[in-house]
Amino acid sequence: MPTKTIAGKTVEVDAEGFLVNPDDWNEDIAKELAKEEGINELTEMHWKVIHFMRQDYKERGQIPTIRRIKNAGGVPVQDLYKLFPDGPAKKAAKIAGLSKPQGCV
Amino acid sequence: MKKLVILGAGTAGTIMANKLAPVLDKSEWEITIVDQHETHYYQPGFLFIPFGIYTREDVIRPKRDYIPRHVNVEISPIEMIEAQNNRVKLSNGKVLNYDILIIATGSDIHPEETEGLLDGGWRQNIFDFYSIDGATSLANFLKYWEGGKLVMNVVEMPIKCPVAPLEFVFLADWWFTEQGIRDKVEIEYVTPLPGAFTKPIASKYLGGFLEKKNIKLTPEFNTGKVDSGRNKLISYDGREVDYDLLVIVPTIMGSDAIARSGLGDDLNFVPVDPYTLQSKQYENIFVIGDATDAPTSKAGSVAHFESEILFENILRYIDGRPLLPEFDGHANCFIESGFGKGLLIDFNYTVEPLPGKFPLPGIGPYSLLEETRMNHWGKMMFRWMYWNLLLKGAELPIEAQMNLAGKRR
Repeated sequence: MPTKTIAGKTVEVDAEGFLVNPDDWNEDIAKELAKEEGINELTEMHWKVIHFMRQDYKERGQIPTIRRIKNAGGVPVQDLYKLFPDGPAKKAAKIAGLSKPQGCV
Repeated sequence: MKKLVILGAGTAGTIMANKLAPVLDKSEWEITIVDQHETHYYQPGFLFIPFGIYTREDVIRPKRDYIPRHVNVEISPIEMIEAQNNRVKLSNGKVLNYDILIIATGSDIHPEETEGLLDGGWRQNIFDFYSIDGATSLANFLKYWEGGKLVMNVVEMPIKCPVAPLEFVFLADWWFTEQGIRDKVEIEYVTPLPGAFTKPIASKYLGGFLEKKNIKLTPEFNTGKVDSGRNKLISYDGREVDYDLLVIVPTIMGSDAIARSGLGDDLNFVPVDPYTLQSKQYENIFVIGDATDAPTSKAGSVAHFESEILFENILRYIDGRPLLPEFDGHANCFIESGFGKGLLIDFNYTVEPLPGKFPLPGIGPYSLLEETRMNHWGKMMFRWMYWNLLLKGAELPIEAQMNLAGKRR
């Protein structure tokens, strides 16, 4: 696995830049990853989504889907698209330090 | 007397009843199968109804004709599965206790999940073909349609039979050509996926077919709402697609009874070990077919392959043996491509659809990811196989696990 230095910390990432170990994550890394995704400032709402995703992943071992973030995290889908444009499921997972959501079959 | 209860008498549940009934000792085991409907639908046939190739009569049979005689049949909706008490409450008031429960409650369309989808246009110029009523009312509409813009939209993944919407546009291209109005019809395929299909190699092949058939592909479109007043499909990020005729695969979800029972995920699919098909929550609950959250296609072929592994695992569970983690996600789908031809794909959890020959390596008679007449006949013959062999749990000449021989990268 390639490594990358994000916000001063060297971490393992996959080919698309997703963190390999969610425990390597910290808020500074999130801010850097967000910038790479074109989000210059993480607002309170961004953080709400990110923290929900990490907490849910910890509890259930699965990266939450958009529907999960809506149902259990209480964030409407429209808002998710505004917060994380062009594919919120993937983008939010990346910024939250989780691996790439499993594709569909 | 020990009790085995099967919830759902669709493809998966019926196969399991037919496999288990002859094998379980009748003096020890009582088998009951539950379903809310008396009619069994051959769902792969729904695709052909809009084009007048099949009628309603071609795709229905009485469920009871396919259930072994000494299996009890309960026709009733399910109120609640009380997994902690090992019992199922039916809406007709009966309570079924079980030692082993097989959940085969399938999946269904949920148009109410999409804003505006059920407003004015539903079944007027907006149709699904994943329900018998949708398919037959679309057939009526198409009979008199004089042309315009046809949009085929998949609202969100996963859907059952992920190739069906592609087959629909391929067949539409053929059918409008036959009707002599292809030049008056514009066809657009609007999908949340990055391409024509879920897996890259098949996606490339199938995308090529779309282009060849002059079907426009609009990828990465996540439908947020339908404005049926203005005939527009609107994505969550504000993009719009116009239509005159909208054929849609609405959100697909598992049974409400699963949600009521607290056994499902956010789409009411039951979390299972994807290799053994045992519930992650309760060791005496097994799940098969569309009802599982296993990351493979929701399709009859998958239910069939799963049934072979689940059958072994239920017998092993009864004998107190460890389960075999042998289900590999195998799926096998004919793809009707119009003009009397078809394609075939064969894949599993780890190997995406590849070109080659099937089922005999190098020989066929079917060709993978290639358009042939033989593949079309395979698809049409499948209905006979379904009623006469597959539902009855008979051995088919295809292994449950995927075989790499005959495939090339």
